[in-house]
Amino acid sequence: MTPLAAYLMVAALLFAIGLAGALTRRNAILVLIGIELMLNAANLNLIAFWRYGPHPELLTGMMFAIFSIAVAAAEAAVGLGLVISIYRHARTTDLEQMNRMKG
Amino acid sequence: MGICDLLWLIPAIPIVASGIIALLKQPRRKPAAALAIGSLSISLLLSLWAFAHVLAGWTNHMAVRETFNFTWMQVGAASVQLGWILDPLAAIMLVMVSLVGLLIFIYSVGYMEHDENFTRFFCFLSLFAGAMLGVVISNSILLLFMCWEIVGLTSYLLIGFWYHKPSAAAAAKKAFITTRVGDVFFLLGIVWLFAQTGTLLFYNYGAGSLEALALTNMLAQHAALGLTFAGAIGLLIFCGAAGKSGQLPLHVWLPDAMEGPTPVSALIHAATMVAAGVYLIARVYPLMSAGIQPGGTTTALVVVTWVGSLTAVFAALIAVAQNDIKRILAYSTVSQLGYMMAGLGLGGVAIGMFHLITHAFFKALLFLGAGSVIHGAHEEQDVRKMGGLKSAMPLTFATYAVGMLALCGVPIFFSGFWSKDAILESAHGWPLSRAPYYLLIFGAVLTAFYMTRQVSYAFFGKWRGHGHAHESPRVMTMPLGILAFFAIALGAIGTPAWPWFRAFLGNHAADIDLHAFAEPAWLMLLASSFVIVTVGIGVGWWLYGNKSPAAEEPDALEKAAPVLWTGLSNRLYVDEFYGATFIAFYYWWARVTDFIDRRVWGGIVAGVAWLFGLWARFNQFFDNDWINGGFDKGCEEMANSGGLLARAQNGRVQIYLRILAVGMIALVAILLWSARP
Amino acid sequence: MSPIFYLLAAITVAGGLATVLLKNLVHCALAVTIAFLGLALLFLSLDAQFAGFVQILVYIGAVAILVVFAILLTREAEVPESSPAGRVFSKTWLTGLVIAAAVFAMLGWAVLQSAQALPNETAMPAVSVRDIGNALVGRYVLPLEIVALLLTAATIGAVIVAMHEKEAK
Repeated sequence: MTPLAAYLMVAALLFAIGLAGALTRRNAILVLIGIELMLNAANLNLIAFWRYGPHPELLTGMMFAIFSIAVAAAEAAVGLGLVISIYRHARTTDLEQMNRMKG
Repeated sequence: MGICDLLWLIPAIPIVASGIIALLKQPRRKPAAALAIGSLSISLLLSLWAFAHVLAGWTNHMAVRETFNFTWMQVGAASVQLGWILDPLAAIMLVMVSLVGLLIFIYSVGYMEHDENFTRFFCFLSLFAGAMLGVVISNSILLLFMCWEIVGLTSYLLIGFWYHKPSAAAAAKKAFITTRVGDVFFLLGIVWLFAQTGTLLFYNYGAGSLEALALTNMLAQHAALGLTFAGAIGLLIFCGAAGKSGQLPLHVWLPDAMEGPTPVSALIHAATMVAAGVYLIARVYPLMSAGIQPGGTTTALVVVTWVGSLTAVFAALIAVAQNDIKRILAYSTVSQLGYMMAGLGLGGVAIGMFHLITHAFFKALLFLGAGSVIHGAHEEQDVRKMGGLKSAMPLTFATYAVGMLALCGVPIFFSGFWSKDAILESAHGWPLSRAPYYLLIFGAVLTAFYMTRQVSYAFFGKWRGHGHAHESPRVMTMPLGILAFFAIALGAIGTPAWPWFRAFLGNHAADIDLHAFAEPAWLMLLASSFVIVTVGIGVGWWLYGNKSPAAEEPDALEKAAPVLWTGLSNRLYVDEFYGATFIAFYYWWARVTDFIDRRVWGGIVAGVAWLFGLWARFNQFFDNDWINGGFDKGCEEMANSGGLLARAQNGRVQIYLRILAVGMIALVAILLWSARP
Repeated sequence: MSPIFYLLAAITVAGGLATVLLKNLVHCALAVTIAFLGLALLFLSLDAQFAGFVQILVYIGAVAILVVFAILLTREAEVPESSPAGRVFSKTWLTGLVIAAAVFAMLGWAVLQSAQALPNETAMPAVSVRDIGNALVGRYVLPLEIVALLLTAATIGAVIVAMHEKEAK
């Protein structure tokens, strides 16, 4: 029996890796990928807690995770659409060059 | 309703008339003249009624002294009281002032006919008449002073009636200021009297300031120089009288007052206003004579006598060398006022007042006659340019001659003789010294001399003026006639055979006693008067009679004694003396105070203003540089720091993410830390 | 801990690391797909079959494809691989790493701290798809509808955002 802590550690690791990717990569798409990784890590957390929680028959955790997947998919669609749209204007996906919002 | 209750109407009606005339426009002459003459006629009728009332009382051997007093206002514990009095002195004065005044009013209608300020003239004349009558009836020394000041004011207004003439304006100013000097002492006397007696009223059923209780109080206390309080207060009041009546040091305004129209000179500066001073002394005579022993005199009265006598001679000397017809008469007035004061001091109220009454009539007559002469000689006033007017203006000549003879004191027929004689009689019998007697005799000689000179220059000889002289209209000669009548007739009430005047004022019976004429003392007096008059008129006629030297030729007397003549014709340099001393000092003082005001006080004010300017500049600096600058700097720094903070908004998404992550770490760390067991 | 777990964990973590570290974008997309797969298998090992299959369907079948499409559509920027200007990591990548490490440290510490308090594995009641369906339209009908709305909005939004703009005449 793997303890819950193991799953949680894996989720944490994955989250940190996703965060590192989002924070360090220059490409906008890779930032979005990193965010997807983070979301997945959170989903893993949810499912693990659902499994090891007191009332698995209530399906709370799984529902949460499913809705999270749905929302993440929608968000990925919109985000990538934005990246494409920006690429059309700026001809690049380099985040370093996208600072027109600077104050 | 007795006359005493209505007595206030006598001055009030002319004053009200004056007020109404003041509202009339200049061209409305007939209403102005009618109002003035009408109001004074009513006052005359009321005065006659008052006189009749007092006369009735006197005939029944009752002393008439009715007063009506009332409180004007309360000031704390003291009350200001006013009131009027009706006694023989007041009654006689009322009749004289209103009668002479009325005659002069009528005369003025003719005299001022060509003047464009006719209405203004009658307004002031009416005001004067009302105020003078107020002085006469007043029982409160404050009311007397108030009317006294109004009289002075109208005198100023009337002397300066032709105010565009600088000499007239200057003369008015001089009159006002000189009488003011006297009035300051008068006011001091009033205040002292009030402080001593606690009342402003003269007679108040035993509580008045001239009644026995008050007088004994004042006699008991001594001021400086051997004077009692009564005497000292009396002398202070005398200073006021000296100013108004032109006694010696303060006489300088009277001759200059001739700048006014002739009716003004007649009414104010001959008959009435100048007599107000004498009347005042007569009124406060109980104060002046307090403590008098029979056959003796008081210090105050001695001063009055000496001042009067010296004035009489001084003015007569100067009159000898004057050439302006009115100026001769002016100095003559000063001289006769000296006689009146001397009469008061030497012989008492009756003696001085009798001369006042007779003088009023014949001096008014002389002035009005002079006015007629000036009018007839086409506004010429220099006697050396007149002559031969006795044929050209017979009526004027006749009446003028009556007046001149009365003034000279020609015996028997003319009232002036009787009044002047009474004064000389008292002077002769004065216990202290004979000097006033000799001075007054010398003065009488000079009077006869200069009047003869004037009359011979003006009426005898040949005409030296321009154009033709003509007689004046009826409206002017009729008052002359009436006055001439009185100049003669008044003598009858003052003879020793029937001393009615003295008895009336003194409240004792008067019997006709023709034997008084036979008394040796009186006969000697008659003889000496005869001598005086003959000498005076004789010398005058010898020098001037019927000769008519040309105006440019020096006077006969001048040829004889040139130095004396120069001195006399320059009025013995009194004005110049005043100019060099008092006036010069006053100008210097005015410069000093101006300096203090402008430099010292002005400097202080400017200094304070400069300090305020300094403070204002400091405030401005503070406000501008510190506050504004500080605020601006603060805003600048805020903008800079805003700029600094804006660097956080660099538009780079990953930086935002990092910051988010760091924030999240911090929050969670706090949470975990706080959730420690 | 069972070896299955270790294997699945290794696959997932390796996939994640590869995503973040590889230079080539397509390689990154492939790596993330592997990570998604690893996660789906982990779900399956946790008796969340439905979640696992949904994960494969949605993430691998849609999101990964989408990512590949996006990479392909924005290819020009990636073509010169050896361009000096084209550095893969951002200028301050170390800071990002540090932050990520700090986050991991914090999370790991939290987990390890409470390792004893965590519940143990219990018997799993059978969960059928029918139960899931009932729950979706029963208890969770509101979130279902909202998510439906969200998906609609996202679809419309994505279409509009990625639409070709009309050329201004």
